[in-house]
Amino acid sequence: MKKLVIFFLAIFLPLFVITLLADQEEEEEADQKKQEIKLVNYIRKANRNTREIVDHSKFEVLKGHFENAHKVTEACLGCHTERHIEIMESPHWKWERNEVIEGKGVITLGKKNTLNNFCIGISGSEATCTRCHIGYGWKDKSFDFNEPTNIDCLVCHDQTGTYEKEKGAAGYPKENVNLNYVAKNVGSPGRENCGVCHFWGGGGNNVKHGDLEKAMIDCSREIDVHMATEGEDMSCIECHRTENHNITGKLYALSSENKNRVTCEQCHTEKPHGDDILDDHICRVACQTCHIPYYAKANATKMIWDWSTAGKLDGDGHPKHENDADGNHKYMSIKGTFIWDDHVVPEYYWFNGLADHQLIDEKIESIPVQMNSLDGKYMDKGLCRKTSTPSKIWPVKVHRGKQIWDPVNKTLVQPKLWDKEEGQGTYWNDFDWGLAAEKGMDYLELPYSGEYDFVETEMYWPLNHQVAPKEQSLKCNDCHTRHNGRLESLGDFYLPGRDHKAGVEIFGIFLIAASIIGVMIHTVCRIISGKKCKLNNYTKN
Amino acid sequence: MKKVYLYKGYERFWHWSQSVLVFILIVTGFEIHSSYSLIGFENAVRIHNITAWTFLVLTVFTIFWDFTTDEWKQYIPTSKNLKAQISFYLSGIFKNAPHPAGKTISSKLNPLQRLVYLGIKVFVFPVMFLTGFLYYFFHYPVQGIELSSLEVIAVLHTRGAFAVVAFIIVHLYLITTGRTVTSNLKAMVTGWEEIEEHETKHIEEEIMAETKTLIRNAGEKSGRRKLRKAKEAVAEIV
Repeated sequence: MKKLVIFFLAIFLPLFVITLLADQEEEEEADQKKQEIKLVNYIRKANRNTREIVDHSKFEVLKGHFENAHKVTEACLGCHTERHIEIMESPHWKWERNEVIEGKGVITLGKKNTLNNFCIGISGSEATCTRCHIGYGWKDKSFDFNEPTNIDCLVCHDQTGTYEKEKGAAGYPKENVNLNYVAKNVGSPGRENCGVCHFWGGGGNNVKHGDLEKAMIDCSREIDVHMATEGEDMSCIECHRTENHNITGKLYALSSENKNRVTCEQCHTEKPHGDDILDDHICRVACQTCHIPYYAKANATKMIWDWSTAGKLDGDGHPKHENDADGNHKYMSIKGTFIWDDHVVPEYYWFNGLADHQLIDEKIESIPVQMNSLDGKYMDKGLCRKTSTPSKIWPVKVHRGKQIWDPVNKTLVQPKLWDKEEGQGTYWNDFDWGLAAEKGMDYLELPYSGEYDFVETEMYWPLNHQVAPKEQSLKCNDCHTRHNGRLESLGDFYLPGRDHKAGVEIFGIFLIAASIIGVMIHTVCRIISGKKCKLNNYTKN
Repeated sequence: MKKVYLYKGYERFWHWSQSVLVFILIVTGFEIHSSYSLIGFENAVRIHNITAWTFLVLTVFTIFWDFTTDEWKQYIPTSKNLKAQISFYLSGIFKNAPHPAGKTISSKLNPLQRLVYLGIKVFVFPVMFLTGFLYYFFHYPVQGIELSSLEVIAVLHTRGAFAVVAFIIVHLYLITTGRTVTSNLKAMVTGWEEIEEHETKHIEEEIMAETKTLIRNAGEKSGRRKLRKAKEAVAEIV
C-alpha cells in the first residue's frame, strides 16, 4: 500500500504542478498565436496580387465618345456578354427577392415594396430614391427591368471617383461626368463604390446602419479592425464574396431567410480563441456581440426619427432646417425631428437568422409597430431549434420612429414624398399629409380610409461592421455581472455571474449565519462554564 | 497520557490538500457567482476548473485508497454513542465530561463525524462533481445532448457550495473541542494523537489482533484479493 501511495503521490503532485504550469504555458502560447491570428480562406494584404488583369483604356470600343450612359452599358455588354443576366437576377437590380417568412409563405421582399421607419418607402418617389439603383431611368412603375442597357455598370465599377448620379434623376449620372474617362477606368468595386449607397442610405451619412459610414473609406483599427487603412485594408468584397454578381451577405432590414450570409467563421473558423470556454460561447453568442462593443464610433447615427413634428415652416413659409450641437440634423420641416448618437452601446437580442416584416397591406397587431423583427429565443436550440444553428445573442441597432399610418384600416401608409415640382401633392413640396397619403396609397392601389395619424415604430438592424481590435472586445464581466451588465435585459435564461435565485441565497446566508452564531454561542458557553471547561483546562496547562 | 500514531501519511496529505483545494474552489466559485470581485471572473473560472479536476483525481484516488486499506470502514455509520456524542456537544463539554467515543485506530471518527463525513463523501461531493461536470460540458450542445437550462444545475451547485462553507465553519470550530484546544489540529498535522492511558488499552489490543492476522495470513493470496476487490469497487463508483 505504501508503495501505491508513493506511486500516486509521485504522479499526482507533479501532475497538479504541471497542469498549472501547462495552463500558463498554453496561455503564453495562445498569446503568441493571437499575434498570428488563425485564418482560413483569406489572403493577407502582404500576399495579395493587386495587379490589374485588364487595362480597359486599351479597348477600342471604349475610346469613342459616349452619347449617353446607356451606350456605355452597351459597350460593356459587347465584351461581357451574358453578364446582364446575372445582374438582372440580383436584388441590387430588382430591389426585391423572394423570401419565405414563417406563417406568411413566400413573400417578395425588398426596397421596392417594403416600408421602413426612415424615409418610409420609395413608391411614388422613385426618381429620387433610385439615385441608389444600379440602373438608369427607374422613375415610376413603367421602368423596364428587362432592358439590359438600363443597367448602370459604372456606379459599382468606376475606379476614378468622378462618377456620380444626379439628384432626382432616376439613377442617371450627372451632366458633368466624363463617361469616356470613367469607362476606361473600371475595375473591382472598392469601398467608395459600395459606400456611395450603403454609407449614405436614409438620406445622410450613417443614418441607417450605424456601423457603415464614410469614415470607413479611410479609417483606423479602432474604428474597424478589418478595414483599417494601416492594417489589412480590406474592401467590402473581401468578406462579401461575389461570384457572377451574386454578392453574399444581406441585411435583415429587408430579408428574412437564413441564407447567403457572410460569417466571421468563413475566415476565422469556429475555434478562433485558443481557449475552450471562449470558443464554446460561439454556440450561443454571435462573434459580433463581444467584438462590436460600440457602433457609430466615428460619426453619429440616427436613433430616433419622429415624422409627426414635420411640416413647421418658417415665417416666410419656407421649410426649416436646424442642426444639433454636433452638426447633425435636428429638425427638418420635410422629415420631422431626429435624435442622433455616437459610440452607441448595442441592444442585445436572441437571433436565429430568421426575420419577420410588417408588410404594407398587413393589419397592425401591436404598437410599437415592428417594422421588422428578429426571431429567436434562448430555448431555440438543440432539438427545438428552428434553423441549422441555435439562436445566438446578437448586437442590434434599434431604430425607433413615429410615422404616418391609417388608424382606421390599421395599416402603414406610403405617403408620396417627392416630386420635381410643387403642386403634385407630395409631402416634401406641399406639406399636406392627407394629400400625400392619398396620392401614395392611390399609386400603390391600396386602400386608404382618408384618416391618418402617427404611430410608434421599431426597426432592428443586426450589427456586423466596425469590429473593434481584440483588446477592446467585451470582457467576461461585461455580461457575467450582477448589475448593469450588457445582457441585463435578456431575461429568458440563467446566466452565470448575472443570475441568482433569491431562495438559494437566503438559504445559503441562513446556513452560514446559523453556523457562525451556533459556534459563537457554543464558545461563549464554554467560557462561561469556567473551570469545568476544556478551554480553561488547556489554558491552565 | 500516551502518544498514538493515528493518522497515516497519505491520510494527512489527502486531508490537507483537500482543504487547500476546497478553499480555492470556494473562493473562486463564489467569485464566479458574483458574490464579490477578487481576481477577475476569467481567472476565477480558469482556476476553478483546474482545481476541480485536481480535486476529482484526489477524491477518486482517496476512495480507492480507502478501500485498499480498509479505511472505508471508518465511515460506516453507527448509532452507538450517537446520542451520547450529541449530548456531549450540547452539555457534557461544558462539564468537562470525557468524549463518549474513545478514539481507536480502527475507529478514529466519532459517530457524528462518521455520519457527516460519509454524507459529504457519498452525497455532497458527488453532487458537486456531477453538477460541475454538467455545468462545464453540457451548457452548450455536445453531440446532441444538452441541458434545457443551466438554472437547475447552477442552483444545486450553489446550494452545495453554501453547505460546504457551513461545514467548514463548524468543522474548524470543532477542531478546538479535543482533549485540548489544539490537540486535534496537532494530530492532523503530525499524525500523533495524545490519548488517555485507559483508552490506549483498546489500541494495544487492536494492534495485537492486527499483527496476529497479518502473521497468520502471510503467504496467502488474500492480500492480493483484497486489492482486487477494492479496485472493482472503485471501478463501479467511477
